[in-house]
Amino acid sequence: MQTISQTHDFKRVLVWELPVRIFHWLNALSIIVLIITGFIIANPPAILSSAEASDSYWFGTVRAIHFITAYVFLVNAIARIYWAFRGNYYANWRAFVPYTKKSWKNIMHVMKVDIFLRNEEKEVLKNISVGHNYVASFSYLILFFLALVQIFTGFGLYAPTSGWWLPQLFAWVPDFLGGDVPTRLIHHISTWLFIIFTLIHVYLVFYHDWLEGRGESSSMISGYKFVRKERIEKDDHI
Amino acid sequence: MATNNGVKETYYESAIKKGYDRRDFMKFAAFITAYMGFEHTMVGQVAKSLETTYRLPIIWEHYQECTCCSESFIRSDHPMVADIILDNVSLDYTETLMAASGHQAEAAKHDTMKKYHGEYILCVEGSVPLGADGVYCTIAGKTAKDHLIEAAEGAKAIIAWGSCATNGCVQGAKPNPTGATPIHKIIKNKPIVQMPGCPPIGEAMAALIVHYVTFDRLPELDRSGRPKAFYGKRVHDTCYRRPYFDAGLFAETFDDENAKEGYCLYKLGCKGPTTYNACGSMKWNNGVSFPIQSGHGCIGCSEANFWDNGPFYKRLTNLPGFGIESTADTVGKVAVGAVAVGLATHAVVANISKHKELKNRYTRGRVNEENLDKTEEN
Repeated sequence: MQTISQTHDFKRVLVWELPVRIFHWLNALSIIVLIITGFIIANPPAILSSAEASDSYWFGTVRAIHFITAYVFLVNAIARIYWAFRGNYYANWRAFVPYTKKSWKNIMHVMKVDIFLRNEEKEVLKNISVGHNYVASFSYLILFFLALVQIFTGFGLYAPTSGWWLPQLFAWVPDFLGGDVPTRLIHHISTWLFIIFTLIHVYLVFYHDWLEGRGESSSMISGYKFVRKERIEKDDHI
Repeated sequence: MATNNGVKETYYESAIKKGYDRRDFMKFAAFITAYMGFEHTMVGQVAKSLETTYRLPIIWEHYQECTCCSESFIRSDHPMVADIILDNVSLDYTETLMAASGHQAEAAKHDTMKKYHGEYILCVEGSVPLGADGVYCTIAGKTAKDHLIEAAEGAKAIIAWGSCATNGCVQGAKPNPTGATPIHKIIKNKPIVQMPGCPPIGEAMAALIVHYVTFDRLPELDRSGRPKAFYGKRVHDTCYRRPYFDAGLFAETFDDENAKEGYCLYKLGCKGPTTYNACGSMKWNNGVSFPIQSGHGCIGCSEANFWDNGPFYKRLTNLPGFGIESTADTVGKVAVGAVAVGLATHAVVANISKHKELKNRYTRGRVNEENLDKTEEN
């Protein structure tokens, strides 16, 4: 009981700056809207109606919401890329690319302890992640490429219905992929990958919060995480 | 160009000779100008060009195909399309319509190729089989590939006419046993106009030739080499059932009440939203109808590899490698289910494996809570 009653001191660390939090929730919201409207567009519900077509425009409205949200998603992503060069250590692009030896060590550690659920014999302070661990940040890198796939295929399919120059930048995509049908299929498949990502992402947030109790889930609202005092004293940003 | 007797004549002269009067001719000029997408003030220029320009020599080659492309243009709206622009012109050489046969036909073709070297337009209907050294399609003892290379050599421009010539169509569908190959993959050094469709619209072909005659150059082409005037819009964008799409009114089966009402065929696999063609505005058979108007969804016949792009009567394309009739949604649902099961297992195992850690943290938290209670009581 003696060791157990030794409780730890925690410090509050601002990990996620306000732009990161705004990006996160705007991104989450637009992904949800895009998935829901996307599935409605892919397979609209059967409606028996005696209304004249001229009295109704709901499917057109659903498509309009999808397209408007796509612009929000795109602009938000561009803003986040900007912040990857301007933001703090945890928002920087370097936090997402495992190119250092340290990051690979962290990946091995997280795989062992959090994915395969083995226990460490001795607690190593350095292993406590303050921002993302490198497995998580790598999954966001994958999500970033998935977002690129959605933006390119989506705006590529949208281009012929638009006269604006921005969608026209993507007009080459369907030709490159062999037509609208394969482009649409890729767009549809990567929607499912977004759903799978969301499942895993939300689960792992809950897992970390449940196991560690450091404010993992609320950090994306408040911006703060709680980190052991000793960990901060020796901090070299990981 | 010259007819077989060697006398050069213009399109107008040819039409008059054939028994059309000037009124017919002007009607044709107005009609083809509209099809080219120009405003009516251009009619004069088109008519003048047709009056003053000698007819273009055209060689029409048939390789691996079903002749539906030729059938399409001989049934076109205005008789002059078939009579003057395409049919007679191609009398020099077109297997289906020419009078000559055998050695005479080959001789006629070689005459034209020699006489109008660098001037004639080569129309190719059909794909070129490259499998087994090209034996799947031989004409006059030579393979289609040899014919194509020979004919393309002196051509001013090439028109790949129909889906076979532009993307291989049904012969080129998996597993493509004959090695059917579209024209642009064999001929690289000539301007090639792609006119996909199974078949393409005859008037579009006539308008392409008239455009060439009027302006002495090819019309504006898109990235895939298709004339923008005819392939710039999706069938969906010019479909008369589009209001039903926007209103969310869809036929669920081909025999339900909604289908009878003429609702949108989107859910029955209509490929209109992914197909670039002018069917919705030009229509077929003297403007009588087009597939969607007849109650059948578009099958996307002018899109590359439309045979391989999944079932005609479903919206979602089959996923290759996941078994027959498995769509992206089925695979997606299974994958989400598997991930959910995996995560639930992870959660259970985590609570067992990390039991000690959780318990220690819990105890420490409890100790703090008890201490807090004491301080408050004091």
